[in-house]
Amino acid sequence: MFGTAIIVFREVLEAALIVGLVLAATRDVAGRLRWVSVGIGSGIVGAILLALLADKVSTLADGMGQELLNATILSFAVAMLSWHLLWMRKHAMEISDKMKRVGAAVSSGDREPVILAIIIGLAILREGSEAVIFLYGIAAAGTNSTELFLGGAAGVLAGIAAGTVLYLGIARIPVGRLFQVSGWLIMLLTAGMASQAASYLVQADLIPALGYAVWDTSSLLSQNSIPGHVLHILVGYVDHPMGIQLLTYTLTIALLGAAIYFLNQQRDRVVS
Amino acid sequence: MKTNTLFALSLILLSPLAIAATPEYKLVISNHRFQPSEITIPANTRVKLEVVNEDKTPEEFESASLHREKIIGGLQTGIINIGPLSPGVYEFVGEFHEETAKGRIIVK
Repeated sequence: MFGTAIIVFREVLEAALIVGLVLAATRDVAGRLRWVSVGIGSGIVGAILLALLADKVSTLADGMGQELLNATILSFAVAMLSWHLLWMRKHAMEISDKMKRVGAAVSSGDREPVILAIIIGLAILREGSEAVIFLYGIAAAGTNSTELFLGGAAGVLAGIAAGTVLYLGIARIPVGRLFQVSGWLIMLLTAGMASQAASYLVQADLIPALGYAVWDTSSLLSQNSIPGHVLHILVGYVDHPMGIQLLTYTLTIALLGAAIYFLNQQRDRVVS
Repeated sequence: MKTNTLFALSLILLSPLAIAATPEYKLVISNHRFQPSEITIPANTRVKLEVVNEDKTPEEFESASLHREKIIGGLQTGIINIGPLSPGVYEFVGEFHEETAKGRIIVK
């Protein structure tokens, strides 16, 4: 039961941390709870469907279907998170502008909650389907169903607990600084996902690795340890990164940084 | 004459592709163990690993050092591209049954 719980926990953790971070970063987006529920619901349904289709997906693209699907889901999440990040930046400016002028809360745009739902749905889809495949597998092997249920439930609950802890931690940041802090966190999360997508493309043999271990810090902080794994999920920590991962990571941050800089410049021009 | 030369030239140019067909290695998962649990492959060469899962349960081939993770369904076969790698020992596990499913790739 313990083994089952640990494996389910590892799969659920990734989705839970992403959901926790995104939820904390969007605390003031109006009507978000409805969309968050839509995201979680469709993520779970999608994860089950994907798990059922997994063997078919794997045989696609000369056996590289799984790699391509993972890379696609991650890239899509990167696009959505980037959009979200830039939108939050603009939103933050609008809020501080309006608060200065009228001291009133601002209602948010209608597109943003949809993006939120997609980001959450994608996170659950990818990791959830692995958890479902694993649980379905041990069920098929005839493991005692009580053990299966308890182990699975313990793993899911532990993952959700970790997401909640992250949420509460970020939620303690005062709203004034929230945009700044969560903006950085989301930028690193996005860069980490981009580098993970690149890693899947290397696995599918579509792009070169550019070196399998540019450096190795596994003796300092192993990616397999819990802190290492959490950092891997949140900021894309890899203990011995491939060259292409470093390249994708820095490029993502540079592009997003440039876009934010441009937005700031534009605003300064409008204000002055 | 000219076409012949072109033909000969293209044969010469394309022949490395034909000769350098990716070497394939087979790995069987049975009773949540890899067989063989150790594979030796040449350095700086791209190889294909054919992983045949003979168990009814799915397994996730995972290796941090190889930068690979792939789920292989029960009674399914998965292809994993490996390398080109520098010499060394690269360990992998079956994440769903980590106590028994262990193996390593030795690159020489």
